[in-house]
Amino acid sequence: MIYLELLFGFLKVGFFAFGGAYGAIPLIRDVVLSYGWIGDEMLTYMIAVSESTPGPIMVNLATYVGSSQAGLPGALIATAAVVLPSFIIILVIMVLLKRILKNPWVQAVLRGLKPCIIGIILATGVYMILNHCFLNLNDFSVDITATLMTAGLSLVYFGSRKVLKNGISPIALIGLSAVAGIAVYGL
Amino acid sequence: MGILLDLFLTFAKVGLFTFGGGYAMIALIENACVERKAWITHDEMMDVTVIAESTPGPIAINCATYVGYKQKGFAGALVATLGMVLPSFLVIFLISMFLDNFLDIRWVAHAFQGIRIAVGILILDAAIRMIRKMHKRLVPRIIMVCSAVAMFLIDIFALRFSSIALMLVAAAVSLCIFMIKGNPAREGKAK
Repeated sequence: MIYLELLFGFLKVGFFAFGGAYGAIPLIRDVVLSYGWIGDEMLTYMIAVSESTPGPIMVNLATYVGSSQAGLPGALIATAAVVLPSFIIILVIMVLLKRILKNPWVQAVLRGLKPCIIGIILATGVYMILNHCFLNLNDFSVDITATLMTAGLSLVYFGSRKVLKNGISPIALIGLSAVAGIAVYGL
Repeated sequence: MGILLDLFLTFAKVGLFTFGGGYAMIALIENACVERKAWITHDEMMDVTVIAESTPGPIAINCATYVGYKQKGFAGALVATLGMVLPSFLVIFLISMFLDNFLDIRWVAHAFQGIRIAVGILILDAAIRMIRKMHKRLVPRIIMVCSAVAMFLIDIFALRFSSIALMLVAAAVSLCIFMIKGNPAREGKAK
């Protein structure tokens, strides 16, 4: 039955998808294709849509696949299934949190994980920006429009902190960048 | 305004404006939950990020559940998570029902070309904030720089070495140091 398949398929995705959506795409691909819900080409398109719409990529994809297979109930079941494992895991950790975090061994692990994750986030940010500014990272051909937009948006975002108390919010930056994208590339 | 409604609306707003995966969302959640609402501290935000990265599932869901539970127990966790999911659920559901060629719409494509630039800036912003508030000791700094360089090389050369493997190495290194030298925080206090 399609509802049960969606439930178990996306529970599996939610439970085994470590490291954010990009790390999880091979797993998602594996699950979705093994059930034969949709073809490879359609899945690639759905991943692209999930990346260009708001919200967590994994949740978007679950909603999309569920809806395409079984309408609104399918979308609800797939979305709930992909969210449920992390929801429960965090609740369990929260209830046990104080004891767990005080354990010296856990603290030793966290001391290593924190700077590592900061490093990963830093590298991801730098890589994304360079990836947009250079058309091809191997021969250093610069995408002038994207570079100017990056410089302009950075200036507005970081510069606004000197003028306003908290600067403009990340949400305002997203809105501004969408308008800038339409204006620069569309007109 | 009731705290439950506040949680729901705040996370719905984050959910509606989060593009490009979990890291960009850290900047949005930090802005909403640490700076504006003061629901959690910066240190807690760092803890959530670490927990979210080390547990399965979307980082956004982990964060929403954590903040919601801290404010109002199970009901808070449920409401915050629902708020996080609802906007994207509606957007995707409408697209799947009515738009077969969503990515072919020209202004959507153009808007997204702009948004992906903002996403890069937001991720960099999240990293800079975390580095500023990091412990100013040698070992964490070395781990940070090493994993940044390693991750960058993995990205550029599209190596088959995931960020999870990188995190396991960092955790192992930190455990070894702990076994050899003991707890640095306690030593620091003893001096």
